[in-house]
Amino acid sequence: METFVQQFPPFREAAAPHGHDDHGHHEHHEPGFWSKYIFSTDHKVIGIQYGFVALCFMQFGFCLMMLMRWQIAHPGMPVPLIGHWLEKILGQPAAGGAISPDLYNSFGAMHGTIMVFLGVVPLAFAAFGNYVVPLMIGAPDMCFPRVNMASFHAFFLGGVVMLVSFFIPGGAAQAGWTSYSPLATTIPTNGQAFWLVGMVLLITSSLLGAVNFIATIIQLRAPGMTWMRMPFFVWAQFVTAFILLLAFPPLEAAGVLQLMDNVAHTSFFLPTGLAIGGQLADRSGGGSPLLWQHLFWFLGHPEVYVLILPAMGIVGEVIANNTRKPLWGYKSLVYSVLFVGFLSFIVWAHHMYMTGMGQKIATFFQTTTMIISIPSVIILTCMFLSLWGGSIRINTPMLFALGFLPMFGIGGLTGLPLGLAASDLYLHDTYYIIAHFHYVVAPGTIFALFAGVYFWFPKMTGRRMNEFWGRVHFWCSFTFMNIVFMPMFAQGIKGMLRRMSDGAVNYSAARVPNAIDALPGTVMELNTWILWAAIALGIAQIPFIINLFWSIGHGEKVNSDNPWGATTLDWQTPTPPPHGNFAHEPIVVRGPYEYSAPGHATDFTPQDEPESSAAPIIPGTHH
Amino acid sequence: MEIPYTIQIRPDTGLYNAKLGIWLFLASEVMLFGGLFSAYILLRVGAEPGMWPHGWLNVTLGTVNTLLLALSAITTLLAWAACKVRDFRKFKIFHACTILLALTFLGIKSYEYHDKLIHYEVQLTNGKFADGHLIEKSADFDLAKKTGTVTLHGRIVEDEKDLMDLRATPAEKPAEITVAAADIKKMENYGPKHNTFTAIYFTLTGLHALHILGGTIVIFYFWAFGGAMWKSDPERFTNRIEVSGLFWHFVDLVWIFLFPVLYLT
Repeated sequence: METFVQQFPPFREAAAPHGHDDHGHHEHHEPGFWSKYIFSTDHKVIGIQYGFVALCFMQFGFCLMMLMRWQIAHPGMPVPLIGHWLEKILGQPAAGGAISPDLYNSFGAMHGTIMVFLGVVPLAFAAFGNYVVPLMIGAPDMCFPRVNMASFHAFFLGGVVMLVSFFIPGGAAQAGWTSYSPLATTIPTNGQAFWLVGMVLLITSSLLGAVNFIATIIQLRAPGMTWMRMPFFVWAQFVTAFILLLAFPPLEAAGVLQLMDNVAHTSFFLPTGLAIGGQLADRSGGGSPLLWQHLFWFLGHPEVYVLILPAMGIVGEVIANNTRKPLWGYKSLVYSVLFVGFLSFIVWAHHMYMTGMGQKIATFFQTTTMIISIPSVIILTCMFLSLWGGSIRINTPMLFALGFLPMFGIGGLTGLPLGLAASDLYLHDTYYIIAHFHYVVAPGTIFALFAGVYFWFPKMTGRRMNEFWGRVHFWCSFTFMNIVFMPMFAQGIKGMLRRMSDGAVNYSAARVPNAIDALPGTVMELNTWILWAAIALGIAQIPFIINLFWSIGHGEKVNSDNPWGATTLDWQTPTPPPHGNFAHEPIVVRGPYEYSAPGHATDFTPQDEPESSAAPIIPGTHH
Repeated sequence: MEIPYTIQIRPDTGLYNAKLGIWLFLASEVMLFGGLFSAYILLRVGAEPGMWPHGWLNVTLGTVNTLLLALSAITTLLAWAACKVRDFRKFKIFHACTILLALTFLGIKSYEYHDKLIHYEVQLTNGKFADGHLIEKSADFDLAKKTGTVTLHGRIVEDEKDLMDLRATPAEKPAEITVAAADIKKMENYGPKHNTFTAIYFTLTGLHALHILGGTIVIFYFWAFGGAMWKSDPERFTNRIEVSGLFWHFVDLVWIFLFPVLYLT
């Protein structure tokens, strides 16, 4: 009889010091598939839902990019291997298996939209935020679990609308991820209307998420978890949530206005006397294209910090854990991240130096842009200094976190010439800017996200991901990422413009030998290099994908709930954390990064480990 | 598992979860309407001189609607106060008033929309403008084929600019005008696409009306189906009334800005 009982996995709650009495109201029946995985209100399941869907969208966005790179390197040539399928699925725009200029524009617009709004933000903010933040602050769940579920469903629906738009007549939106008017309104297909409806759903989702995160962090911190005891990751998510809460609504307003322009034929963003195809448009006019750009970039720039701050938070956690010492300058980090969040609202017009909005406005915005680089540099410097004198453990998450630092550094520093109006006039809309923001987001943010996946995977599944293949994934990604993006700086400085479906071949010295500043053959050759590096980068992700799914069932089992020896509360839970998270309510008695404290038995002291004296002292608690 | 502070306030923040949540939501709503009002300002400042309409909306109806919403704010507050003193009967009465006031508001708003949609500006081939509310179109009226006639209740002006400022009463009395389709260059009602003013008028008030509708549905839900929760957990129910009331007050406040911006200037 005894052996029969032992076949069942022991209940984690039963092993807790307080036993079952605390959990008298626990429901012990097993929920079905739908309520467990699709309509779940558990923050951890929602986090995984977000993560899975976002990774799929990132993969899809990456495929769009590979098709575009093919077109840039070999304009007008049929796409090898899948050209035939492309024509079958998308019809006329992919006639003969080649990518038409319209289709290229669609892919460009949707690559940006998918990567930003359906890939990186859901993964960085929603997935990691949902899974980790409540654990880190010692909360049983998010403040509003059902709102959390609604947020995911709105996101999913928005993604579906975006995907469906590929298959409507004329295809998906073609006006770039920035959707500048009047172009976005005058393209005679419905792709843009779908894009706008999709965006409204995504904005709704992020609004619900942001409210939930802020409320959770303010209301559900465990006893003793004072503001300055919160892990840096939580601070980063807190500021990110505020940015989403306040920056997204103006884009929603702009989206509603552009939807009116496209569907009800108003002229919010259409100037008087607009001619389309040589004909005066049947519009009342009187609108302002500049208004769209202001409203768009009022979101668009803070959005950059939505992409980067959670990544910085992840890197901070991984570095503190693997250097086995406190994060250097915790308070500077916190104040910098707050300052970045505030300032990110008043730098938006540095995207608009070329619009003729006026020198005085440009001067204001280039000043604020230079100022915002200061806290960003402080954050990066603190991370670098944290490495100083640490006994660094090299593992896959740490490799990705370390990779983030110089990559984000390159991305950030190359942004300075773009922030100054004089040099931006030359570099604007070239491949230089493509290289710049991809260095921030791709080898920057996405590396940090990989670090996060490898780091928290043992908590989510109870197993580690394979270390060898993790390192292969890192070194290949690191190499090919740089071969993809580094040449673009050179191309941009030489004057190669972005958004051109012919890969600039019509501006090459080979095609127009007598033109001043025609692009030399070396610049054009780089297109081929980038194509092959992009393909290699794609192949380098295969070990990751296999590793991720294989390790769920076959990875090396962790031997404790805290395999990395971490101090934060997310590791002081059962593995994987049950519904309600903690076996007993955590009581926080110290700061987040008590590593290698002198005189302590281990080289880490968890935040909720009672002081060695008989009665635990709980300073600053307001319970 | 139970989430803390869903009903009781957290001592160091002084808030229960939903109250913080609604304030955060309202902050984002401020940014939403802030974006729209900024758009209004930019479009109005950038309008061609003399081409921004004045006095196109009915100030009397606007004032009545403003008073309706102001009254509904009071009844909402009283409904919450009734919950606080545990008087469910009074709550029912006050929120019934709120719902009726909101529905009247929407009714008046629809009448105003209808009035704009049957109001036509007709550009004539002789360069003049016929402007007025549609009375009837003849059976064979067809702009493309240039057959039939259309009858409006309004006036004919020399210049489109004469239609822009209606704050003073026009010199000539409105009369019935019948125009032949053959004489019409362009005919368009005062819908959203008519000009920038009607566009922003319909968009802003339309979004606001959607907020009113949403708020009404929520309040009606609590009003009609709240009895069970009132019996089992009156404090939680009172919180719900407070939170939905906060939203309602915000929606009223938006109208307090919309009314002068659209009707009075």
